[in-house]
Amino acid sequence: MSTTVERPRTQQELNYLNIDYSWKSWLLTTDHKRIAILYLVSITAMFFVGGLFATLIRLELLTPRGDLVSDDTYNKFFTMHGIIMIFFFLIPSIPAVLGNFLIPIMVGAKDLAFPRINLLSWYLYIVGAIFTLGAVVSGGVDTGWTFYPPFSSTYSNTYVMATALGVFIAGFSSILTGLNFIATIHKMRAPGMTWSRLPLFVWSNYATSLIQILGTPVLAITLLLLAAERIAHVGIFDPSIGGDPILFQHLFWFYSHPAVYIMILPGMGVISELVTAFSRKRIFGYGFVAFASIAIAVIGFLVWGHHMFVTGQSLYAGMYFSLLSFAVAVPSAIKVFNWTATMYRGSISWDTPMLYAFGFIGLFTIGGLTGLFLATLGLDVHVTDTYFVVAHFHYVMVGGMVMAYLGGLHFWWPKISGRMYPEGWAKFAALVVFAGFNLTFFPQFIVGYQGMPRRYHAYAPEFQVLNVLSSAGASILGLGYLIPLIYMLWSLKYGKRASANPWGAVGLEWTVPSPPPWDNFPQTPVVTWEAYQYHKPWQPEVEVGR
Amino acid sequence: MEPHFSLWPEVASKHAANIDYLFIFLCVVSIIMTAGIFVTVFWFAMKYRRRSPDEIPPYIHGSWKLETAWSVLPFLVMLVMFGWGVKLYFDAYTSPPNALDVYVVGKQWMWKVQYPEGQQEINELHVPAGRPIKLTMASEDVIHSFFIPELRIKRDVVPGYFNSISFTATKPGRYHLFCAEYCGTQHSGMVGWVTVMDPAEYENWLASGGTGSMASQGEKLFQQLGCSTCHLLDQQGRCPVLRNVYGSPVKLDDGRTVIADDAYIRESVLDPNAKIVAGFKPDIMPTFQGQISEEGMMQLIAYIKSLTGPPRPPIGAADTGQTYGGGRFGGPGTPENSNAGATAPAPIGPTPITERPQPPRTSPERNR
Repeated sequence: MSTTVERPRTQQELNYLNIDYSWKSWLLTTDHKRIAILYLVSITAMFFVGGLFATLIRLELLTPRGDLVSDDTYNKFFTMHGIIMIFFFLIPSIPAVLGNFLIPIMVGAKDLAFPRINLLSWYLYIVGAIFTLGAVVSGGVDTGWTFYPPFSSTYSNTYVMATALGVFIAGFSSILTGLNFIATIHKMRAPGMTWSRLPLFVWSNYATSLIQILGTPVLAITLLLLAAERIAHVGIFDPSIGGDPILFQHLFWFYSHPAVYIMILPGMGVISELVTAFSRKRIFGYGFVAFASIAIAVIGFLVWGHHMFVTGQSLYAGMYFSLLSFAVAVPSAIKVFNWTATMYRGSISWDTPMLYAFGFIGLFTIGGLTGLFLATLGLDVHVTDTYFVVAHFHYVMVGGMVMAYLGGLHFWWPKISGRMYPEGWAKFAALVVFAGFNLTFFPQFIVGYQGMPRRYHAYAPEFQVLNVLSSAGASILGLGYLIPLIYMLWSLKYGKRASANPWGAVGLEWTVPSPPPWDNFPQTPVVTWEAYQYHKPWQPEVEVGR
Repeated sequence: MEPHFSLWPEVASKHAANIDYLFIFLCVVSIIMTAGIFVTVFWFAMKYRRRSPDEIPPYIHGSWKLETAWSVLPFLVMLVMFGWGVKLYFDAYTSPPNALDVYVVGKQWMWKVQYPEGQQEINELHVPAGRPIKLTMASEDVIHSFFIPELRIKRDVVPGYFNSISFTATKPGRYHLFCAEYCGTQHSGMVGWVTVMDPAEYENWLASGGTGSMASQGEKLFQQLGCSTCHLLDQQGRCPVLRNVYGSPVKLDDGRTVIADDAYIRESVLDPNAKIVAGFKPDIMPTFQGQISEEGMMQLIAYIKSLTGPPRPPIGAADTGQTYGGGRFGGPGTPENSNAGATAPAPIGPTPITERPQPPRTSPERNR
């Protein structure tokens, strides 16, 4: 991408979407925006595959007896739901789609630091997905997404290795994306785009990338050790051949706890953008919100043992992990308070992305507070491995993260597609998602405290009422996710054309046309304003197209 | 127990009530916080809603004081949760010295329970009300988790480890027993009942069955496996004599001192070279890994625990030798000094454990 090549700038209509329509121009593209679209299509497909398994789970749980499918089949359903949603939807979702699309534009660059590596990471994701989906099609896997040995290494008769290989490969995709973001954010910021002027979306993706490159290799190592034991019978985790099953849990959670921050931190970044844009306010306490992302990334590495309070680990280790788990709640709380304070004396519009932001703040608050229940040692002993945990992490991951993703997708949809989505339908869908979500997962807190263990194919009859409520909610939630899929596709052809800055928002991405030209900025922009400069007229000195 | 719908699980012990108080405290804090956030967000969203498209709100930078306040104050509340949680955690996982011992083995997909007095049962646990109970738990295969919601206790049962948990049930009744850690096909079928009984009723129940105490079964194993040749009879100093060793400090050849507890004895049987007692040589004792079931191990430990006081002659070979643990160490009659056990006695108790059909456990298949 040499800057000396003079391209005719006469056709203003040329953008990254219409510059070339060939298959090759998509599959071999190194344009971060097109790669973001490739990710968008692939993770949307994976989301609906994972959602299909969720639907089947909720159908089975309508009745206490295991009567719809066999126990083995049910065990495969929840395993594949977890693996697909976590490794192939939640982890890549915001970074690989919105981050890929926006980070270069937000920092004023023409692309990520390593465009080819960016394309490679998408291909790795696809290869990983093929292995995992191949395992699903060939007969599935029944270890749970946590792959605990010795069950996974010695006892399971399913396609553990194919699935683990898929996750292993997809992990490299995640590492490369993180690497790319870190290099880009360090080295490719436009003149004037100092660290303290970075949009908070960039800050939170930076924190996410740190976790991705430091944590994911540990997952890879863990899966390799698992393979060594399963294939070559090297005694690492199975005590009957000299291993230690608790060792696996330490290694696994050393990655997989920080991984929940890989999933939620980018969502927090999106919410910071939404709350400021739709309140027309600078974020309250910019430094605190930015620093909170880094604090979550750092402390998040030190709390993994809270998944193991009942395994028999030392009680004193339990105390240490409990205390740090409370500590990691503080920066999350700081963010929630700052978003709320940002709205104070703002000019708040109720557009769809802001509805999702309201939903996020409320549901993430509940998800975060119920995390405190699980960090509290004695109480965790009762509620761990029950539906209380299931409800907690769905409040954070679906109520929080998916809400943020949908909010961000609506917010930046005009930029990505050049079209507006239908506002009425979108508001309706946001309300359906909110209502369906709460009806699905709130009853699970109660049934969890009553003692219903998770991953149960059949359950005690007294738990049925709450399970029926949950299944009813899931059908509403499923509808809530289908509506945006339909109107987003519809808007590609019939949506109103979007202007460069339909929301009146501040940020470099709103200075370029919608959709952006293939090289983002004809000239490198010079940043002379603070982030979220809503209080005075904003006249960016960059060429605003159209 | 009739299924009934309620929003609150039964409270069957003081610990359960204590957990409920802590839970209610966290609920109250959470409701206040959530309501505060919801109300504030909704209030701001209404009050400051955009009234004209060109509104420019004021600039507000932030506030050190507010940030500090809403970081420190919640953390102080969390410290209360932390301390309270630690207290109840230690309550559940440290056992009072006068606790009744019960031994639990989890295996795909059942709970096997044995009492020192000799009672054995499957997917049932009988305990007296008002007395502290200590469960010592082991797994024969994968990780399980022993969970009694009405007592608010749970602990993983991890292969390779003895994990224990204690409780004092106060309210007689029948309560759920669940496996809470996913363990394969019939995970949701690995459930049973805990019966909390009036103490007198419990004594009757305990006396009603049984196949000889765990210690006496352990003694038979001790002979069948050939342990007694060295550990009781040997006078040449090849190995430590085990009398009075349980629970006492043992000096190791590397200078450390360890307590001869359940875990130490278990390790010494399965991996004899792991810890060598001072004054003895390694590589003399063979490993018994794979030759003894977890139940057998618990019986052996019960026997070693019973070896107190002055020596007494070992039991003779005429004892009926009922073997436990699926006959994995060769079955009756194999060891030299037990030739009378060739005819297995009729199993006693509600379920004959050795004869129980094993769930099909296919050998692990590799992915191709």
